[in-house]
Amino acid sequence: MEPFEGVDYMNFDSLLTEEERMIRDTAREWVSRRVAPIIEEHHRNATFPDELIPEMAELGFLGASIEGYGCPGLGGVAYGLIMQELERGDSGLRSFASVQGGLVMYPIFSYGSEEQKDRWLPPMGEGKAIGCFGLTEPDFGSHAEGMITRAEDKGDHYLLNGAKMWITNGCVADVAVVWAKIDGRVMGFLVEKGTPGYSTRRQKHKFSLRASVTSELILQDVKIPKENLLPGTENINMKGPLSCLTQARYGIAWGAIGAGMACYDAALKYGADRIQFGRPLNSFQLYQRKLAEMITEITKGQLLNLQVGRLKEAGKMHPSHVSMAKRNGCYWGLEIAREARDMLGANGITDEYVVGRHMCNLESVKTYEGTHDIHTMIIGQRVTGLSAFAN
Amino acid sequence: MQITVCVAVTPSTETKVKVAPDGKSLDVAEVKFELNPYDEFALEEALRLREARGEGQVEVLTVGDGSQKEEIRKCLARGADSAAILKADTSAADSAAIAGALAARIGAGASQVVFFGKQAVDGDNSQVPAHVAVALDWPLVGKVSKLAFDGDSFTAQREIEGGVEIIEGRLPAVFSAEKGLNEPRYPSLKGIMAAKKKPLEEVEVQLEAARVTCLSLGLPPARPEGRIVGEGAAVAAEVVRLLKEEAKVI
Ligand SMILES: Cc1cc2nc3c(=O)[nH]c(=O)nc-3n(C[C@H](O)[C@H](O)[C@H](O)COP(=O)(O)OP(=O)(O)OC[C@H]3O[C@@H](n4cnc5c(N)ncnc54)[C@H](O)[C@@H]3O)c2cc1C
Repeated sequence: MEPFEGVDYMNFDSLLTEEERMIRDTAREWVSRRVAPIIEEHHRNATFPDELIPEMAELGFLGASIEGYGCPGLGGVAYGLIMQELERGDSGLRSFASVQGGLVMYPIFSYGSEEQKDRWLPPMGEGKAIGCFGLTEPDFGSHAEGMITRAEDKGDHYLLNGAKMWITNGCVADVAVVWAKIDGRVMGFLVEKGTPGYSTRRQKHKFSLRASVTSELILQDVKIPKENLLPGTENINMKGPLSCLTQARYGIAWGAIGAGMACYDAALKYGADRIQFGRPLNSFQLYQRKLAEMITEITKGQLLNLQVGRLKEAGKMHPSHVSMAKRNGCYWGLEIAREARDMLGANGITDEYVVGRHMCNLESVKTYEGTHDIHTMIIGQRVTGLSAFAN
Repeated sequence: MQITVCVAVTPSTETKVKVAPDGKSLDVAEVKFELNPYDEFALEEALRLREARGEGQVEVLTVGDGSQKEEIRKCLARGADSAAILKADTSAADSAAIAGALAARIGAGASQVVFFGKQAVDGDNSQVPAHVAVALDWPLVGKVSKLAFDGDSFTAQREIEGGVEIIEGRLPAVFSAEKGLNEPRYPSLKGIMAAKKKPLEEVEVQLEAARVTCLSLGLPPARPEGRIVGEGAAVAAEVVRLLKEEAKVI
């Protein structure tokens, strides 16, 4: 296979610093060399490529935007570019990095005690400890605030009861950030693997995000020490989990465009070689219209992500900015993947080509971390001042 | 221990070669430049030597017009301690001229070991390491596929036609790296961030006049279309005859 040279229609690279380009190139090369050759097999077998965790850690991809604790402390754009390249490889890989960095290290960093930070951040950055984020429940997805999971203050410990579902990395995690209610207020707790009453069950038979572990978390009279509450989450209710989601969604916006790039690249290369009616597919107007649409949306997506990234770096990013980028990236990433699937004809339905895998993956990515429509309503609320969510 | 790695920034091996209108140079308009792939092994070997010794400095050198900065910065990101671009107009330079500038710099410093890639993938001349070794009056081991150091002495292995050659010697010395000498590392994010703060010098140098001149650069002739002689075992004899008498390859 020819190497991936990037998708840059409008000299996007000129908007990046030398350092950002270098970081992106490192991620790009690593994905091409290390991920691309093995990912199909993992997807087929529904396994996560554990063998890549130490390499991702060594390169600094885990908790890349965390400052201190042995982490690189990258700016928003550099971080986004890594997510873009990881998801160009596979959404499962990017999900792993998003959960580890955005959903577990971030809340520990932002809301944790010094002891919690010292204990967890360095080994998580080194890939020696894995984390998961338990917010969604069987009966509460988009409406996460309705969660049933409860924590009771028992004086010298907390007692947790409830269940979480669709939890990325659940079974393999050494520590779970579990969101639970005390007197109607949502707070974050660290639940360690092996704690009595805490068990996990792998969710099988997915046709999407197969190279990623998805699990149920079951909490039955789980006693956790008092110091496992994330103290910063005590008085901010849903702001706690939502602030984590903002971090991870930001990376998804970039990642989904990365998956779109992989599909565009595959369709363009396929259309150059595939001859029908005596001509390469790329020479037909209808085929070109599809390529034109794809490259236009990729370019718009890149520029949108970049602007959100620059706002993030300037400390001016609003969650509704991220909603727009997440919604747009997933929508177009998925549309591009679907179009590319069509453009590869029958070959598009085999796993010899990347497009079918990306297409299936992006269905999850469109749904998790706020579905397309949930982000529509966040944008709608921002522009109208009216909430369309409920009541 | 001072270790020097001499690198070239060359057109990506994916380049679709176009000859410039002058008929003797590459049209670089759409060419992506990157570190010469063999030099990655050279740099990696230097970093490993420094790490094995637990001390030392790795300096990266290149001769160029200054446009090599980004690729040189990547060498710093991988772990080199410092770098220098010996700045000159290289458009008409030959291998000896480039080597002259490198040797002058190395000779004036305290370097004990110099690593090169076995060749630069643009000119494919493999001359610069030899010129530098001669200018320094140091031994050269070319196309090294395995290398071990013990104090001041080294054992190098080279793949030769149908066998392996083992060579012993003492430092100072020049080595050129064969593909597979090691597995080059990626620049880590921390390495990339640290690279900004590492010294990258630009030094104007005067190159000797070239003693050889490139007269023309051309693409290989397009391959003539194949011919189908027939199908099945019956045509084997005819194919053999054609290979013998027409193509003269057997
Ligand atoms: C592979 C995978 C990994 C995941 N990983 C994690 C994880 O690590 N941690 C975690 O906590 N969760 C995780 N999730 C869960 C994910 O975040 C939820 O699936 C998501 O929030 C949607 O919730 P739901 O599936 O319950 O759908 P629902 O909320 O039931 O939504 C179903 C449909 O109804 C629409 N809808 C909902 N409310 C409204 C409304 N008010 N108005 C209009 N339409 C509405 C939605 O847009 C959607 O189309 C993961 C999911 C998947 C598929």
